[in-house]
Amino acid sequence: MNLALDMLTVFAVSAGAFFFMAGTIGLLRFPDALARLHALTKVDNLGLGLIVLGLLPHVGGPLGALKLVSVWLLVQLSGAIVTQLIAGVVRQGGPHA
Amino acid sequence: MANFLFSAAAFVLAIVALGLLRILHGPAEADRMMAAQLVGTGGVAVLLLMAVATETPSIVDVALMLGLLAAFASVAFVKGASGSEMETPEASDLR
Repeated sequence: MNLALDMLTVFAVSAGAFFFMAGTIGLLRFPDALARLHALTKVDNLGLGLIVLGLLPHVGGPLGALKLVSVWLLVQLSGAIVTQLIAGVVRQGGPHA
Repeated sequence: MANFLFSAAAFVLAIVALGLLRILHGPAEADRMMAAQLVGTGGVAVLLLMAVATETPSIVDVALMLGLLAAFASVAFVKGASGSEMETPEASDLR
């Protein structure tokens, strides 16, 4: 059981770190601002979400796990709102502004 | 397990630092703000990994605060970028 939980942690945290890498590469390599914004949201949702999922077995107690999940939910909610607002600014300024 | 979590934190930190290159050569202000948003999310991830690796639960509070401040920074940017000569994006969406 313990080994299975450790394997879940290693797998999920590695996958989360992979999504962080993918988001950063997208931010650096994608051609226009809206595509870069699209790469950024993957980091907010999947990258942080998988890392939190991997950490859940090790926080000790349901209250700590709930706190970890609520950190992820806060980042996800604020990320969704902020990307909408930034996309609004990008669209008003035109493709190259 | 702590060693793995530490190395994962170091990896995420290095990746996020690489993302700062986008701040260096923009081209637009919004692109720079996206990199700052990435640093906010990456910082939260690193802090959560450190909290579990060092078994210090109070670091989770720091991560919570960083997530909150990153959101406020981006909202302040949007207000500043669309405040003076243009109307705010949310107002133009309503038309």
